[in-house]
Amino acid sequence: MSHLIIAPILLPVFTALLIMLPPIHYSPMRRRWVSMISTVILLILTVCLLVQTQNTGVSFYALGAWQPPFGIILVADIFSVSMVCLTAVLALGAICYGSAGEDERGSFFHPLFQFQLMGINGAFLTGDLFNLFVFFEVLLIASYGLLVHAGGKNKTKAAVHYVVLNLTGSAVFLFSLGILYGTLGTLNIADMAVQVAKLPPENVMLVKSGGLLLLIVFALKAAILPLQFWLPATYSAASPPVAALFAVMTKIGTYALLRVYTTIFGEQAGPLAGMASDWLWPLGLATIMLGAIGVLASQDFRKLVANLVIISVGTLVTLVSLQSIAATSAILFYTVHSTLVCGALFLLADVIGAQRGKAGDRLVPGRRMAQPVLLGTMFIIAAIAVAGLPPLSGFVGKLMILQAASSPLQQIFLWSVILLSSLMVLIGLSRAGSILFWRVSGNEAGPERVLPLQTFALVWLLLAAPLMVVFAGPLTELTFAAAEQLRDIQRSIAIILGDTATFGGTP
Amino acid sequence: MESLLAGCIGFLTACGVFLLLRGRTFPVVVGLTMLAYAVNLFLFSSGRLTLQGAAVLGTTDNYADPLPQALVLTAIVIGFAMTAYLVILAIRARADLGNDHVDGKLPGNESSRKESR
Repeated sequence: MSHLIIAPILLPVFTALLIMLPPIHYSPMRRRWVSMISTVILLILTVCLLVQTQNTGVSFYALGAWQPPFGIILVADIFSVSMVCLTAVLALGAICYGSAGEDERGSFFHPLFQFQLMGINGAFLTGDLFNLFVFFEVLLIASYGLLVHAGGKNKTKAAVHYVVLNLTGSAVFLFSLGILYGTLGTLNIADMAVQVAKLPPENVMLVKSGGLLLLIVFALKAAILPLQFWLPATYSAASPPVAALFAVMTKIGTYALLRVYTTIFGEQAGPLAGMASDWLWPLGLATIMLGAIGVLASQDFRKLVANLVIISVGTLVTLVSLQSIAATSAILFYTVHSTLVCGALFLLADVIGAQRGKAGDRLVPGRRMAQPVLLGTMFIIAAIAVAGLPPLSGFVGKLMILQAASSPLQQIFLWSVILLSSLMVLIGLSRAGSILFWRVSGNEAGPERVLPLQTFALVWLLLAAPLMVVFAGPLTELTFAAAEQLRDIQRSIAIILGDTATFGGTP
Repeated sequence: MESLLAGCIGFLTACGVFLLLRGRTFPVVVGLTMLAYAVNLFLFSSGRLTLQGAAVLGTTDNYADPLPQALVLTAIVIGFAMTAYLVILAIRARADLGNDHVDGKLPGNESSRKESR
């Protein structure tokens, strides 16, 4: 049993505790360095874990050596470890940006940031549904703290909505866990898949209601159509490094959707197989369109980026409903691309806003920027990537999405919605770019400059766009391997529960 | 016993949802607390209702499922912490925004301003 699997959870906890100890807590520089170095170590560890998982296949870590299905387990497969890796890359960018000065505008930025990383990594790695709830709560309570970081009216207002909505979501989550435990007798995801397959007919409706309650919870976390109204206000109110880290939070919702509706209610689930697809398909497409309209209607750049996040969520959810290897592999590729680029855009919105003085990131003519060439180059790279134009990563991602639609009906809807939304994003971004960079008033540029750490953070995140095209071959191989592994439920169940537990066998 | 517990959970949930939909932060906090109570009872009942059952296996034939008890304990702790945070946040919002409405502005204000124009 490899202890490396639990390292991405333990490292941030101990870092957070270390930062709160007096010798480090009272020195801003030490806090920053400990936090940044720990995030670099986290990145190295997750890459090691990814390489190990690619070599050995699915592996699990039984906490306290309590064997599944009785103990709580962490499961490392390529998909979950890739998501953890993605989180580490994004976190490094966000923490470097935060360390350039944003972290001193409130207290406890670094410990909360590390606790949030712990929650995110745990949510990706866990193999137990109740444990997923616990890690959700860990990352949520850290995010509540981070959201009001640096204070202000807007933040408090957004935080009240965000906290109340998520607490309600947690209550619904617990209701559904109660129903599922009462009927299936287990909360281990692999074991639940086995139990669903041999469910007595009188319990089918009960399990279905439990499963659909889960859909509501994850839809709220991922921000799917009827439950997405909190996202633009929250994300645009949060301070920039926090908003950049939040770019991965919606992806946790889509990841949980994928995990639950592929493994537990997957092909083997009999009458319950694919029960969420009928809901996710139309809602996902509608979310994309709503996000695209939001992009066109946005009055400031941060709101525009928040709407781009909604589009990416809609795209991912639509792909989750397709339930095929090509779709799952497109999900992984598109998640990596959209998370990093949207994270970079949130940071970019802040530096642009800082250099435009009073106009900030509102889409109105403002004073000249001090570094228009640097910021303009970054903006055009991010815009091309996020709109899905060649030659950057969004184009490859979009191509994989379009190829994932197999039947003619799917192609008609998916292609038209995706391509139309891309056009709307393109229009929205060109409008935003031309207002921000070209429609300048005669005023002289201010003294603000992008700090070296901020530049590093932006370049670090934006490098993903060209690099994901240069290494598109190995990356797509990785995503296809991850998708095949995720969809080979029989095999991962055999690894986790032992060979005796098959869908037909006796418990 | 089942119907009594089911009635309790239903009543608490209904009260919780009603209060949650109110416009001011205090009823919302109380509503969330009610909902948390309902959830805790519900989770507790997911291990089936048994009387005088030991949680330790092997001592009696009639045992209670220990797992929901652990789940409820975790849920109580988390719910407690979240409620504490929400109360502080609500007080902060009252101070920052000048009123205790969840949207940060009283609903009557806008329409009255229009009328005065």
